[in-house]
Amino acid sequence: MLVRVENLEKSYGSGSERQAVLRGVSLAVSAGESLAITGESGSGKSTLLHLIGLLDAPDAGEIWIKDEDLSGLDDKGRAERRRHQIGLVFQQFNLVPSLSVKANILLQARLANRIDDAWIDALTERLDLNACLDRFPEQLSGGQQQRVAVGRALAARPELLLADEPTGNLDEETSAQVLDLMLELCADAHTALIMVTHSMTAAERLSRRVHLTGGQLT
Amino acid sequence: MSRIVFLTLLSHWRRKPGQLATLLIGLSLATALWTSVQAINAEARASYDAASVTLAGGAVIVLTAEGGDIPLATFTALRRDGWSVSPVIEGPLTVDNSVFTLRGVEPLSAASRTGGIAGPAGNGGGPGLEFFLRPGVLLASPETATALARSGLDLPPVQVSANLARSEIVTDVGVAAQLLGRGETVDRLLLDPEARAGLTPLDALVPELRRSTQAVSGEVSRLAGSFHLNLTAFGLLSFAVGLFIVYAAVGLGFEQRRGTLRTLRALGAPVSTLIPALLVEVLVLAFVAGAIGVVLGYGVASALLPDVAATLRGLYGANVSGSLAIRPEWWLSGFAIATLGALGATAQSIFKAARLPLLASAQPRAWAIASSRRYVLQAAAAGLLFFSAFLLPQIASGVVAGFALMASLLFGAALLLPPVVTVILNAGQAVARGPVAEWFLADTRQQLPGLAMALMALMLALATNIGVGTMVSSFRLTFEGWLDQRLASELYVTTRDEAQSAEVRAFLEERADAVLPIWSVETDIAGRSGELFGVVDHATYRDNWPLIVSETGAWDAVMRGEGLLLNEQTWRRLDLPMGSLIDFGGGPALPLVGVYTDYGNPNAQAIIGLDVLTSRYGDAIARLRYGVRIDPAQADALASALLRRFDLPANGVIDQASVKRFSLSVFERTFAVTAALNVLTLSVAAFAMFASLTTLAAMRLPQLAPVWALGLTRTQLARLELVRAVVLALLTWLVALPTGLMLAWALLNVVNVEAFGWQLPMYLFPADWVRLAALATLAAVIAAALPARALATRSPRAFLQTFAQER
Repeated sequence: MLVRVENLEKSYGSGSERQAVLRGVSLAVSAGESLAITGESGSGKSTLLHLIGLLDAPDAGEIWIKDEDLSGLDDKGRAERRRHQIGLVFQQFNLVPSLSVKANILLQARLANRIDDAWIDALTERLDLNACLDRFPEQLSGGQQQRVAVGRALAARPELLLADEPTGNLDEETSAQVLDLMLELCADAHTALIMVTHSMTAAERLSRRVHLTGGQLT
Repeated sequence: MSRIVFLTLLSHWRRKPGQLATLLIGLSLATALWTSVQAINAEARASYDAASVTLAGGAVIVLTAEGGDIPLATFTALRRDGWSVSPVIEGPLTVDNSVFTLRGVEPLSAASRTGGIAGPAGNGGGPGLEFFLRPGVLLASPETATALARSGLDLPPVQVSANLARSEIVTDVGVAAQLLGRGETVDRLLLDPEARAGLTPLDALVPELRRSTQAVSGEVSRLAGSFHLNLTAFGLLSFAVGLFIVYAAVGLGFEQRRGTLRTLRALGAPVSTLIPALLVEVLVLAFVAGAIGVVLGYGVASALLPDVAATLRGLYGANVSGSLAIRPEWWLSGFAIATLGALGATAQSIFKAARLPLLASAQPRAWAIASSRRYVLQAAAAGLLFFSAFLLPQIASGVVAGFALMASLLFGAALLLPPVVTVILNAGQAVARGPVAEWFLADTRQQLPGLAMALMALMLALATNIGVGTMVSSFRLTFEGWLDQRLASELYVTTRDEAQSAEVRAFLEERADAVLPIWSVETDIAGRSGELFGVVDHATYRDNWPLIVSETGAWDAVMRGEGLLLNEQTWRRLDLPMGSLIDFGGGPALPLVGVYTDYGNPNAQAIIGLDVLTSRYGDAIARLRYGVRIDPAQADALASALLRRFDLPANGVIDQASVKRFSLSVFERTFAVTAALNVLTLSVAAFAMFASLTTLAAMRLPQLAPVWALGLTRTQLARLELVRAVVLALLTWLVALPTGLMLAWALLNVVNVEAFGWQLPMYLFPADWVRLAALATLAAVIAAALPARALATRSPRAFLQTFAQER
């Protein structure tokens, strides 16, 4: 099992305004598998993704990646795991505006010191970004920016790709293209994919789906 | 990984060269102004030290003759009698339009008298007296040596000494006499005050020579210390204004990179890598800005130093070289201050980066949104600073306390500025009519946090300008009035010797309304070395010498020989009540009956009746000068007659207007540096505003796009941006005005009294305020012009894109 989370709990706020977002969530994802997490706004799906991505720490529960409990890691340890094992794709793309497309794609691979030129070339080819490698994010369309974000997330060949509403800012056609690419590339790299989405159409393209309601899986 | 993080952070500046330039210019300007002031101070101190090394390491008795020249035979006579005496010849040597002071000394006697003269450079700091034993060699600083070598003149060989002042050349007496075309005479003799027992008393041996104690360099250095503190304070203020720019630029840079920092962390760069990378970035920027700043500072210092030299000569009689040498310590201090400043200005941003929540929105947003709570805190801090400004004069004294008072006032007012402007804008919004006016005021208030730093910098510069301007103008007005009163005599006559003096006096008494001797003697007054004047009983003094404190019938008491008048600075330093007995040697002390203003004189001075002076000091008095009262219409004729009849020295007859002109020119040069620094500080503040407006303009589009969409044209928006800059500049000026006046009060009543010993009345100059308001408006318009023009010509697509990005 690549990822295993057990009884994750997370609340925000304090005192009487404290609100539980996740209430004992457990799930597991195998290597190369793709999982869609769906749910209403505020159901806790992004929070769950952030916890699995080690961007935030749970109040209770355990997160295991490759049979290692990562719940107690400090900032440095969590950063190291993100760098080497996890790729992230956000709804807002979150590209570095001052870096070129190529530098953005290479960024995580460089941080992880894991550059594979042949893989990067194949990636940019498949993502159809070769014509705009020297451009900057502000010069790209939304679909192109998200393809750059996908390229960046997969450049270091992570074992796990986490995508938070990756098509939420894109039109239907572009969404379908980006999703196709993500799935193909994950399959090629044998990367597991966990994707949070509102779209049932998108969710159905993945191998497995779970639904989150009121902080619990149903 | 660290390298990748560092390069990613740097890529921001590559894409925003304007912002990088703003940051570097701000830090460079701050460093430059600070370095220039330090350079000037260091150069002045080096000149004092060099003067100290060249001649006289401590107190020296100086023997001079009335006519100016002392025969060499007199020197020989003193030496034969066993006195430790050394001759000095001094005169100007002109080389390629530069005038150097050529000083001839006798090596062996000077060595025993002064403890040695600086040896040639690279000599390990030894005395190097063997150099002087070789005939016909000049000793000069490296710069002077270069100038002499370039001149092509047929001069003796030059040896270099790094310890000599740059305006000086030292050689042995024989060579100096030859170069200056002198005969068998010297200018003065230096005498060891600790004479062996059994020597013939000087009064008997050389009765014709006058004795005085040479002001040692340490004294000059101490006196000029207040002036240097003044410059340092200005340097610090300019540095602070520059740091406001850096703070604003770094803050905006951080806000714009907030998203990048979050992304880097999300991709696996830990805080422990990000923060050192940010620190290295700051250090690199500080190094570059420090280097530029030191070079700029050298330029500023080179431009200001001649005026500073003139100031120090005018105020303290200190001789400072008018040219600048590059010293390694400036580079070090320049880099140090740039690094400290950059770290100080970026500390908050780095702290914020360390605590940046990983999951907050990564969208760029406007600079910190000011909360009312923050303004309350700022107002409270300002109140605390004002309170300490009020307390300081009551609990502490000294120039440093004076400057602390001014710093409290200035920074208190700076902190208070944003809350005050917010209150005014709120009030404006309450009475505004029409949607555009309401939006304009609300939007201005929203922009205030982003502009606050620049406005605070402008406020500091304006308040300083008003404060220093009021001080200088009040001083000028008082000084002119004082000169008008004090320079009552129509003519001032100086004679060559006492024989000529007696003839001139007799000549004048037949032709003038009154001849007022200006006779004095150098002596200790209340334990301080100073000058004691004797005056005759004449209405000129009663009518024209304003006494700031006096007993009834003070002048009568002086004329009767029963009282003494003291100059203000000595009176303040000694803190004496009226009636205190003042000892001035030669007999019993006299009671203090009055105090007169005596601007520009750092030494003690007192006035007594002429009879008392002559009875106590007799032959020691220099009886060479007179003030002449005559109908102004006949003054020129009398001056011509005097010059025809007598062989008077150069400038032997000076009319009242010339003396006033000269005094006022000294005054103007004295404050030339202050004026220059004032203008520079204002320019830096104007740049701060320009930098902030330019940087903010890039982030303003999302706020302006909806208003554009609702029907305001780009030109209208650009015009409103200009109006906003002017409104904010004028509001800043409004706060700066009372602050500047408080500053002027502190300068006139606290700092001047502590630094120079004189208190000045404060005058108001509303026309100057209006001029400054116009200048602030102009600076605001210039600063806002480029961003406004960019807005007016921005493509509609750019406005539309903001909506697309906000989706």
